[in-house]
Amino acid sequence: MVTVPGSENDIDVLIIGAGPAGLGAAIESAGSGASVLVMDENSLPGGQLFKQIHKFFGSEDHFAGVRGFEIGKILLEQARKAGTMIKLDSKVLGLMDDGSVPYMVDEKVKIIRPRKIIIAVGGKENTIPFPGWTLPGIMTAGAAQTMTNIHRTLPGKKILMVGSGNVGLIVSYHLIQAGAVVVGIIDIANEISGYRVHADKIQRAGVPVYLNRKILSATGSGRVDTVNISGDLEFKVDSVLLAVGLSPLTDLARLFGCRICYSKALGGFMPLHDENLLTTNKNVYVCGDVAGIEEANTALDEGRLAGISAVMNLGYLDPAEGTRRKQEVIKRLRELRRGMYGEKRELAKKRVVSEYKKMFLNNEA
Amino acid sequence: MTNRVLNHPILKIKKKNLVTIKFDGKPYSAREGEPIASALMSHGILIHRRTHKTGENRGVFCGIGQCNDCVMIVDGIPNVRTCVTAVKDGMSIETQNGYGTWI
Repeated sequence: MVTVPGSENDIDVLIIGAGPAGLGAAIESAGSGASVLVMDENSLPGGQLFKQIHKFFGSEDHFAGVRGFEIGKILLEQARKAGTMIKLDSKVLGLMDDGSVPYMVDEKVKIIRPRKIIIAVGGKENTIPFPGWTLPGIMTAGAAQTMTNIHRTLPGKKILMVGSGNVGLIVSYHLIQAGAVVVGIIDIANEISGYRVHADKIQRAGVPVYLNRKILSATGSGRVDTVNISGDLEFKVDSVLLAVGLSPLTDLARLFGCRICYSKALGGFMPLHDENLLTTNKNVYVCGDVAGIEEANTALDEGRLAGISAVMNLGYLDPAEGTRRKQEVIKRLRELRRGMYGEKRELAKKRVVSEYKKMFLNNEA
Repeated sequence: MTNRVLNHPILKIKKKNLVTIKFDGKPYSAREGEPIASALMSHGILIHRRTHKTGENRGVFCGIGQCNDCVMIVDGIPNVRTCVTAVKDGMSIETQNGYGTWI
């Protein structure tokens, strides 16, 4: 297919993913006057925000005290007001040599030609294999959260959670709110790995947390009914949920030719990027969980940073104004990456940026 | 038995129009627009398919259309991802054996 320049297929910025990062990027880039399209393969925008029914914390700049799904509504409204177009049920397929992007919608392939691309596709849940892990009733914590909070259906009534990170703790609480019994949370680590606020909440709700334990096997005829845990523990359950971390969804970045690096603290393999979130492909930016697993607030601000960087590069913002706005966001990001939980991510991000710089120095030498 | 969330301290439970789907020939109710997987789950149905070689049961795993474990035969088409395919009134859904067959 030949795209005619100046046709409706030509846009300034294509943002892939309509979660907090993508919407943050949209608000900034469309707000600066660029033509912006956000594409998402799901039929609803907002990414994982609409599954988050708890109140967020942090500073007022970061929606403290507002529930996740309400934040989703606010961001969508802001992005639309800024003039963002949003295309749902549309899956990006790759990047052609001439810079055009084929995508699939209604089982047809169409083409769009963006000047800049911002990848904000988020992360995917990790799993752990163990004997019986394929039994129906065993699924990822995120799947259970979608079913419960979006589609109003519980995966079971007696549930064991594997993993005491934020996802494990938060989803356990959401399941209790929806009427399920969480018989326990187990973790192979010797301490709860999620935030204290979430851990306290779940313990106040009476859910026992078993540390230094691992899941040995799951059995059941047709579907899971019994789980064996190290230390001679056995649970009768109708569902087992796996909350064992997330990793960046790197598929598109790889397809787009972005160099991939590894960062344990940020969830594993991820696209290498500089301090403006530019990847090794000079037209492609990354932000949010795809640029390292963090949280919704950091994703939103990273999105803003990528959005500002992209439109600055296109000349929609004068350098002084753009730099000022970037500094504001960078300051907020630094706030978010402080303290006992954030510091590790701040350091890991710095390492990614310095690896990016080193790579280009080496190439020039 | 229902796994439907009927009361919730935070979420409003909106009344949705109900549609009727058929699972292995029997009629079941579903909320308009929801994925097939959650409709089945609400009725306690977790087994979506049996594997090709050993006939083991499989059901929803990732819930976001990535893992392909929840595929079933939908209106005669095999390998339809039920966690990302919305129900339609009168839809016929069948447990898939192995790679499934076109009906």
